[in-house]
Amino acid sequence: MSAGLAGLVGLVGLVGVGLAPMAAAQSEDRAPNIAIENLMVPVGAEPDGESVELDVTVYSPPGAARDGVAPAILLGHGFGGSKKDMTERATALAERGYVVLAWTARGFGESGGRVHLNDPAFEGEDVKALIDLLAERPDVLLDEPGDPRVGIMGGSYGGAIGLIGAGVDPRIDTVVSAITWNDLAASLFPQSADPGTEAGPARQLWISRFFGASLAQGARGDGESGSSASGGSGASGGGNPASGIVMGEGGPLLCGRFDPTVCRELVAAAETGTPSEEALAMLRAHSPAAVIDSVDVPVFLIQGMADSLFGLDQSDATARALAAREVPFAMRWIDGGHDGPSSTATQDDAAVDVWLDHYLKEAVGAGVGSGAGSATTSDAAASAALPVPAFTWAGTMARRAETAPLFTSDSYPGLTGATGQTGQTGATGQTEELGTLRLLPPRTSTLITPPGGAPASITTVPGLGSLGNLGGSGGGLQATGLSLPTYPLAALPGQSLAIDSRPALESLNVVGSPQLTLRITSSQPEVTLFASLWQVQGQSVSQPRRLVAPLRVPVTPGQPTEVTVSLPAATWQMPAGSTWRVLLTSTDSAYANAREARLDRIEVIGNLTVPTLTGTPLRVPGERDTESIGVAIAIGVVLLGILGALLLSRRRRAALHSEPEFADIPLVVTDLVKTYADGHRAVDDVSWRAEKGQVVGLLGPNGAGKTTTIRMILGLIKPDSGTAHVMGEQVGPGSPILGRVGALVEGPGFLPHLTGRENLKAYWRATGRPEEEAGFDEALAVAALGGALDRPMRTYSHGMKQRLGIAQAMLGLPELLILDEPTNGLDPPQIAAMRPILHAYAAAGRTVVISSHLLGEVEQTCSHVVVMHAGRVVTTGAVADLISSEDTTVLELGDKGDRATAVAERLRRVGGIRTVDVEDDDAHGRLTVVADRPRGEVVREALDAGADVVGVGSRRHLEEVFLGVIADAAHAGDSEGTGTTMIERLRQVRAR
Amino acid sequence: MSASAKIPTTGARQSERPGTALSFRAEWARQVGRTRTKWIVGIVLVLPVIFIAAFALDRGPRNSQSGTRMVDYAVSGGANFMVFALLVASELLLVIIAALMAGDPVPAEASWSSLRYLLVAPVRRARLLTSKLSVGLIHVAILVLLLPTWSLLIGTIAYGSAPFTIPGGGQLDLGDLLPRMAIAVAYIFIALLPVAAISFAIGVGTDTPLAAVGGALMVFIVAGILDSIDALGSLRNGLPGHYARAWLDVLQPTLDWTNLRHGFLWSVLWALIFFALGWWRFGRKDVLS
Repeated sequence: MSAGLAGLVGLVGLVGVGLAPMAAAQSEDRAPNIAIENLMVPVGAEPDGESVELDVTVYSPPGAARDGVAPAILLGHGFGGSKKDMTERATALAERGYVVLAWTARGFGESGGRVHLNDPAFEGEDVKALIDLLAERPDVLLDEPGDPRVGIMGGSYGGAIGLIGAGVDPRIDTVVSAITWNDLAASLFPQSADPGTEAGPARQLWISRFFGASLAQGARGDGESGSSASGGSGASGGGNPASGIVMGEGGPLLCGRFDPTVCRELVAAAETGTPSEEALAMLRAHSPAAVIDSVDVPVFLIQGMADSLFGLDQSDATARALAAREVPFAMRWIDGGHDGPSSTATQDDAAVDVWLDHYLKEAVGAGVGSGAGSATTSDAAASAALPVPAFTWAGTMARRAETAPLFTSDSYPGLTGATGQTGQTGATGQTEELGTLRLLPPRTSTLITPPGGAPASITTVPGLGSLGNLGGSGGGLQATGLSLPTYPLAALPGQSLAIDSRPALESLNVVGSPQLTLRITSSQPEVTLFASLWQVQGQSVSQPRRLVAPLRVPVTPGQPTEVTVSLPAATWQMPAGSTWRVLLTSTDSAYANAREARLDRIEVIGNLTVPTLTGTPLRVPGERDTESIGVAIAIGVVLLGILGALLLSRRRRAALHSEPEFADIPLVVTDLVKTYADGHRAVDDVSWRAEKGQVVGLLGPNGAGKTTTIRMILGLIKPDSGTAHVMGEQVGPGSPILGRVGALVEGPGFLPHLTGRENLKAYWRATGRPEEEAGFDEALAVAALGGALDRPMRTYSHGMKQRLGIAQAMLGLPELLILDEPTNGLDPPQIAAMRPILHAYAAAGRTVVISSHLLGEVEQTCSHVVVMHAGRVVTTGAVADLISSEDTTVLELGDKGDRATAVAERLRRVGGIRTVDVEDDDAHGRLTVVADRPRGEVVREALDAGADVVGVGSRRHLEEVFLGVIADAAHAGDSEGTGTTMIERLRQVRAR
Repeated sequence: MSASAKIPTTGARQSERPGTALSFRAEWARQVGRTRTKWIVGIVLVLPVIFIAAFALDRGPRNSQSGTRMVDYAVSGGANFMVFALLVASELLLVIIAALMAGDPVPAEASWSSLRYLLVAPVRRARLLTSKLSVGLIHVAILVLLLPTWSLLIGTIAYGSAPFTIPGGGQLDLGDLLPRMAIAVAYIFIALLPVAAISFAIGVGTDTPLAAVGGALMVFIVAGILDSIDALGSLRNGLPGHYARAWLDVLQPTLDWTNLRHGFLWSVLWALIFFALGWWRFGRKDVLS
């Protein structure tokens, strides 16, 4: 939150909007180059002769802007505050090249004297003394000797003194006056009815708060309580309550640092709710209205719509007075005020800076704006030359938006828009006209004012921030968009009349004060009513602008009286179709209510007239959507990164090269190495090949690396080094050559919600190849699933899935068929049935690779084997070659058991015979003899040993070969310690 | 195994110009029949009916003392009911749907062991992801469109065709509302992309669909918690889901594009990052499932 106006608004002492702590916290943070002087400046004495000094701080810019001199700005603070509140804004202005003088007003903080509520004769004269001080400073730009170039700005109490100062001292060159009053009498006793009584109902809560703030300050001389008053925070009231009760000369004095005369009139008015003529005269005199006709310099008026104290009617009155004399002014309606901060504070400050720079720096010649004898200020061109739009207003804040949209217009239309300007079209095409909201019946009701005026409707919550403070939440409720369900508190039964409008026919941008005509018949001679405007959305009724219009009308009891009511001025966005409600209540808790019981019959005549204005949306210069730009750039960067990665991967894919010399070999595996992330080297320099027509068995114990090898062949795993070529094409992930490979890897995988047939079709569709190529019928014949084919996959047994998996691998009759453990889950007949299928498959010149544990099966099915162990290839070759060898003789014996064992025992002792294994098979015993001698001699030795030889063969079982080579490899490669575990593992394999 | 199976002795059949592997249609057929898809379509269709049934049981106050209740708002017309249903569903249901539809296809194939067969079919990995993701996202888009359309239909049957009530005041008749709803639905879809992308990126690296969906939801929930910490200020703008409700802006009388634009850009950014991350991971991972 920027300092400036938001600060001004928040710091109005009465308000105690939770901004004050923020402002206090930031006061320490000063720009180093700014020279700061603290002075006590003697000014005019109090009426009782007490001499007064004001507490002043002068901020000098770092190197005065022009010839060592700079224009000056006087900064006034809010009621109950002090010059300290202005520190941040003063520093900012000093950095812009102004000599800034911030002073604590008479009766506040460290300054002496008493509070006269901006009496031109006291506070007004103080401004003169401060300008005298500036005129003597060597660093201040002078228009003439003794006449410095100076502007005055402030909010609320400080805003009023700006206007009054410009009225009493013509040396002031421009005024920026925020959220302040035009006529204090009309502000504290507002009247929204025409005709009405001279003074409207008293703003009881606000008046009481004046005293609260004053008591909190304590009387000067009470000691610390005066000096320590942390200006701005209404919550400082906890100081010393007793300090207010000092015995004055005439009796107990409640007034704190108020001037006794001012105090007496205010107290009397607050107590009765009806001000005396003297009080009204006093309040009027302490107002810009009293001196506005002497103001001849350009004025920037800023007024808030979240302001239940000084409404837009106050700045409008000032503006009308200025316009009548053609004094240039600009009007800005913000959505802040005494009830909350402005959501557009940054833009507000920027507009003020533009304004000040124009009239203090760029301004030209001594004459411009300098009121002294300058009759030329009423130059019509001056208005056109305003540095800011003549009228700027805040619209309705969009949902979840943080700032209200701003609109501008070339002319300020006033509050009712109808003041002779209906239908006027501004220079930039904005149109002002009156809109109408048609009101629905019933439009008549009888309102009761309860005796004693209680309970009272709660329509507005003055100084909502203060309410927040009470709740300990720190205030700023409006800023957070939190809406209290206030309507039920406002519309008390019997004490209120709610008149709904028909849905708006078209969208209305209401800018100003909606008008309503009432016919009132009452039981009393004076009627007090409160009117407010609500929006109806379904069952919920909300108040977009928390404002209420009080009216007090003199009537003849029993006789109807017609009055026109001006609802509070503000801006509303009324979308087409929206419904609005005028609420009239007989009481309001923020006001002094009539204590006599009363009965009023209210009739609403006609419709609700609303002034509308279509403005030019204000594009904030330099406001860029940095978030969008930033994210868009990030998207661009990410896209570039993706593009780069795509190019890189394309190049990597191109790196796969084909080997024409392997083109006729279905599978060549060369030097494959794969180490997994956990450091396990699963495949270590594996090379083998499968030729056309071969059925190759890939054998090895668990963990030998068979499956990892197959996965690398299929491109599922990326090898660390080495290659796999299929038909001469190197295989990578998704290589097209895989279309000529069918595979079953580690069990089948199917979609459980599809049937077997649908699964095969879905798989084939995924290949993108024409359905005729698939050969579904042959594949389904292989699967032999019968009627199960059309059942969902989830009902299949393991073996059925396995068969379908093999069938899927055969779809399209690929030239290379890789089956990993195809016999898993198959029963022996099925295994036997698979054998001829695979033989037939390979016989057509295709190639089958089978990995299996079932050695007997491999022996019967495969033409070639590759034996792997611990990631390495141990042996390769044709099965026939492996299982037959010259040094081995297999003897079938007629006997078995002990006799066979005895024969073996004898044979082992024969020279040249290396090993003899005994095996009992069915009815026969079998001896496998490995010898260095020819087979004939071995047979002879066996006969000699008494064996009843019935058959002689040369073939071993593959199992023996397998165990032999594995054992050799284990022995060669491993230390003895792992040898035993190896044997254990081999046993497991055997057991299968 | 049937020994009688005849294996042709001819060589492999290989067409000269194979079609696209795992075409959109092929992937569509793989996903559309899945039980989870049927369930979700069912939930989306039943949800508005449940709302109507629940509202029919409502005996709550209908007076102005309690402010606007969602119920009163929802039952005042088909258009209102549609927006209500979409608002309620977009908080979590659509998020789950997006996470499931985008994150589940790859790990589901992995958990069925069919992923490796697709890859050796062969389907290029990028192609596989493209097909799976586009089918998944089309599912999301259809469901995001189905919910308001269906709600409008049965809401109009149940509550009549009153014009839409703008929450901030005012009304929109159907002719004005529908184009805006088209923008809203498009935005909701875009805003769901980050959660879809996160789910997808997790999914390509796992065999368990639950991990993908759960992981993405966890990210979404943690982002939501962070989003509720005011102290983080505008840092929260970048959190996935921060602008999830920006589509309500299109229902405002004056269309403010700021939040929609921010939400759109952030969603695209997150989606790109996580989709790219998914592609990158899957492109180089070893498929062990």
